Amino acid sequence: MKLLYFAWVRERIGKPEEEIEPPAGVVTVGDLMNWLARRSEEYAHAFENPRVIRAAVDRAHVKADAAIAGAREIAFFPPMTGG
Amino acid sequence: MNVRLQQEPFDAAAEAAKLTHGRTDIGALVTFTGICRGEENGDPIAALTLEHYPGMAEAEIARHVEAAESRWSLTGVTVVHRYGRIAPGEPIVLVVTASSHRHDAFAAAEFLMDYLKTRAPFWKRVEHAAGGDWVEAKSSDDAAADRWARRPSGGREAAE
Repeated sequence: MKLLYFAWVRERIGKPEEEIEPPAGVVTVGDLMNWLARRSEEYAHAFENPRVIRAAVDRAHVKADAAIAGAREIAFFPPMTGG
Repeated sequence: MNVRLQQEPFDAAAEAAKLTHGRTDIGALVTFTGICRGEENGDPIAALTLEHYPGMAEAEIARHVEAAESRWSLTGVTVVHRYGRIAPGEPIVLVVTASSHRHDAFAAAEFLMDYLKTRAPFWKRVEHAAGGDWVEAKSSDDAAADRWARRPSGGREAAE
């Protein structure tokens, strides 16, 4: 699946997007954040406070308990500041 | 519904005129323009840069316009949101709502702006003398958006 990062999440990780294949135990968006946070210092920094990170699965807002099975595109970003 | 994202500035009066051109069913037109201020938290800024999630931003705005259209009696909606670098004094966002009567146009415009602030995937970065900072989300904006969920008729009962 494709992961997208925006704003300071993108800056901390150091890239705007990537393709990943998470292991079988990674079932929810929250699991995915925990798994990513263990990959390196950069990811750990980006996901150090997972409760402030917002997520979208296939371009729709979801909560951390949403399942990732079948998702094509998952995005992680800070609270939005548009308008 | 006319929803657009663009880098270049927009002309609010021209957008409003386009929406009403040749129509006689519109009795109320509300035009809201959000403008880049020259200061943030008391400090002067050089510019704002808006990052967005292409594809989702358009879809999320369109979803909220549809929600507004099902909640209020609207005869037209235009939303234009800019991205990229925006200098102080330049417009950032435009919401135009048309209806037969003013209440629906006012309420829908406020609803759309409250949702754009908290649910549309845009992030503002402030550029100033000391570098740059991401703008932090305000809890007052979350509260403004939440009140539409708590009051199914969006305050209509209070207005009447």
